[in-house]
Amino acid sequence: MATQYSSEELYQNLVRHKLIIPVGVPGAFGRGAVFEDVLARFNDVVTRLAKNDGAEVMAFPPVIDRQVFEKSEFLDSFPQLAGTVFSFMGNDAQHKELSQRMHDKKPWADLQSMTGVVLNPAACYPVYPSFTGTVPAEGRLVDMQNWVFRHEPSPEPTRMQAFRVREFVRVGTPDLVVDWRNMWLQRGLELLQSLGLPARSDVASDPFFGRGGRMLAASQKEQRLKFEVLIPVISEEKPTACCSFNYHQEHFGKIFEIYTPDGALAQTACLGFGMERVCMALFKTHGCVPSEWPKSVRDILWPA
Amino acid sequence: MIEDIRAILKEHGRLSVDAGALAVDADLYQAGLTSHASVNVMLALEGKFDIEFPDRMLKRGVFESISSIQAAVEELTAGAK
Repeated sequence: MATQYSSEELYQNLVRHKLIIPVGVPGAFGRGAVFEDVLARFNDVVTRLAKNDGAEVMAFPPVIDRQVFEKSEFLDSFPQLAGTVFSFMGNDAQHKELSQRMHDKKPWADLQSMTGVVLNPAACYPVYPSFTGTVPAEGRLVDMQNWVFRHEPSPEPTRMQAFRVREFVRVGTPDLVVDWRNMWLQRGLELLQSLGLPARSDVASDPFFGRGGRMLAASQKEQRLKFEVLIPVISEEKPTACCSFNYHQEHFGKIFEIYTPDGALAQTACLGFGMERVCMALFKTHGCVPSEWPKSVRDILWPA
Repeated sequence: MIEDIRAILKEHGRLSVDAGALAVDADLYQAGLTSHASVNVMLALEGKFDIEFPDRMLKRGVFESISSIQAAVEELTAGAK
């Protein structure tokens, strides 16, 4: 029998098996122990695959410097997705008003002010300022797992407001960067297929805002700057992007003044596995009880 | 029209060369036009010529040179008459 896809049914199944924990606001659910185990195991498989690549491991908090965010031009492309952190910076009288209005269920946002941090909008963003200067001839490679915020509340389980991305960022000459991206595109596809997932890759575009955004998306596709590995999770026709590859050319090199030894602007590319999405693809494909998954899949995720 | 297009490129194109001195068939992307800047050029052209670029024309080829922009604007202003 052909697999049936339903966003609502998947959500209910994930809840029933305590894989996710509803919290009220959509796209911000908790994750249960089994979900976290699968996520950690998949993360380990990626680590094993990449162990000889020579990546520097870094970890960043889920907020970034607002000045870095502003320089990155995220707001030019995706104003609808950003989440800026505001906080109270007033006096006693204003605090009294804030409390009063909150208890009266009246608007209180104007009593907060913008802070110096923004919720991290993309897994690769925190690393670029550390590349400023001249990178070695062989370039650099960084390995991270970062929390990402996207303001897109949705009842659909694969569309989250906060999620983790296992991210690799490559910086160097155009040849180094594109060869690395192509190597990982094949490797990422084979990895997901080896887990019994019906994965395929395709050219893609980012969700740029507005009419200008349609032009940016068309240009991105035309130049084949973004690829995704897609797996049907909630829909056969609209499969879910579980791994995403972005080639930024000189965009970040220019902004953060990153150069190759010959003095040219460095290029960058990144790839990220949407960790929760990979887990959900596994639960959808093999069922919500990992002990019942095919042996070939278990052997990869839980090696002896 | 060419002069209007050059003026818009000067104001919105953030080119690394003088838009006034560019050959009409010169590659604007080679001249430093970024994707974001091309969006601003597109919006400025819409305002100046009172046109709206349909989705099929929101692509790189349409904005790659002064002459390709001119051809697109001519097509859209002819359609409005």
